[in-house]
Amino acid sequence: MVTLLLSAFDQLFPHGIGRYAVGGVFVGLGVAVIYLGTSIQPGASTFLESTLSYVSGVKRFQQHRFTVSRDWRVVFTVGIVAGAGIYALTLGGGVWTTDVQWWRLLGGGVLVGVGTRLGKGCTSGHGVCGVGSGSSTSILNVAIFLAIASGTALAVQAAGVSP
Amino acid sequence: MTPEQGGRDSGASRPAEASPAFLALVLAGGLLFGFGLGISHMARPEVVLDFLQLEDFGLLFVMGGAAGVVGTTTVLAVRFLDDAPLTGRPYGRRLRDLDADVAIGGGIFGVGWGLSGICPGAGYASLGIGNLPILWGIVGMFAGAYVQGYLRSMDRSGTEEPAAAD
Repeated sequence: MVTLLLSAFDQLFPHGIGRYAVGGVFVGLGVAVIYLGTSIQPGASTFLESTLSYVSGVKRFQQHRFTVSRDWRVVFTVGIVAGAGIYALTLGGGVWTTDVQWWRLLGGGVLVGVGTRLGKGCTSGHGVCGVGSGSSTSILNVAIFLAIASGTALAVQAAGVSP
Repeated sequence: MTPEQGGRDSGASRPAEASPAFLALVLAGGLLFGFGLGISHMARPEVVLDFLQLEDFGLLFVMGGAAGVVGTTTVLAVRFLDDAPLTGRPYGRRLRDLDADVAIGGGIFGVGWGLSGICPGAGYASLGIGNLPILWGIVGMFAGAYVQGYLRSMDRSGTEEPAAAD
């Protein structure tokens, strides 16, 4: 019985859960620290629009909520890049490069950019901040994108694309 | 908006968002956030794709762990703390209006995430671990956000003034 459970666990979590749970707690702490100081729960994707407001006169990007937050959102993103860099240089064993093909990254990136702005949030804005806030809007958004993303990834895999 | 907000020389009327303490705190939070994405391996698209292909469910613990910390902090802050020290604003939950865009946007986001294995935060973190090919994805995200914003501006330019604040 115990062996059976352990083997089921190994199937579901071939790399265990430690690094995932610990990483998640750090991500949560990053949001919590900013929230406690400012009452803002920062998501990662508003950075896209707020940064576009530096260079585009399009009305959508020139809203006050983007122009007033664009500087600190740059700082937040620089922090994310640097924090991951510190990980790579300490525990992470140096530089790591993906083998996922460029057209998947580019095409997927475009759709992620459209979808996160239309849907008012992303994996962090809805998935961490919104779900953490018990927002039914966010829970619905996350349920939809998890299901569709999984279906998409399985379909691409079934089509023989790897990675 | 006002002349004071345009010039950074006047400390008294500077928006809270531009104070050194605010920016230092945001940087600290970003460092923790990015470090966590590194530890969790979410900065690697392959690991995200393994999750979405139902081969490794560990990523549930990333979102769950992070949402658990944020949820606990939010409940406690709303209940027991007064206004946030750096902005003077009350603590609240992150809530958004529920409309069709939330569902449609979530669906489009899902196709993109499933195709590429990257999302915004993990994309930035991926750059931090030296993964230069992720720039394809980051350029794509900016392009997608621009197209969406541009079309939306066209859509409403004839009928509606831009909202001052949402």
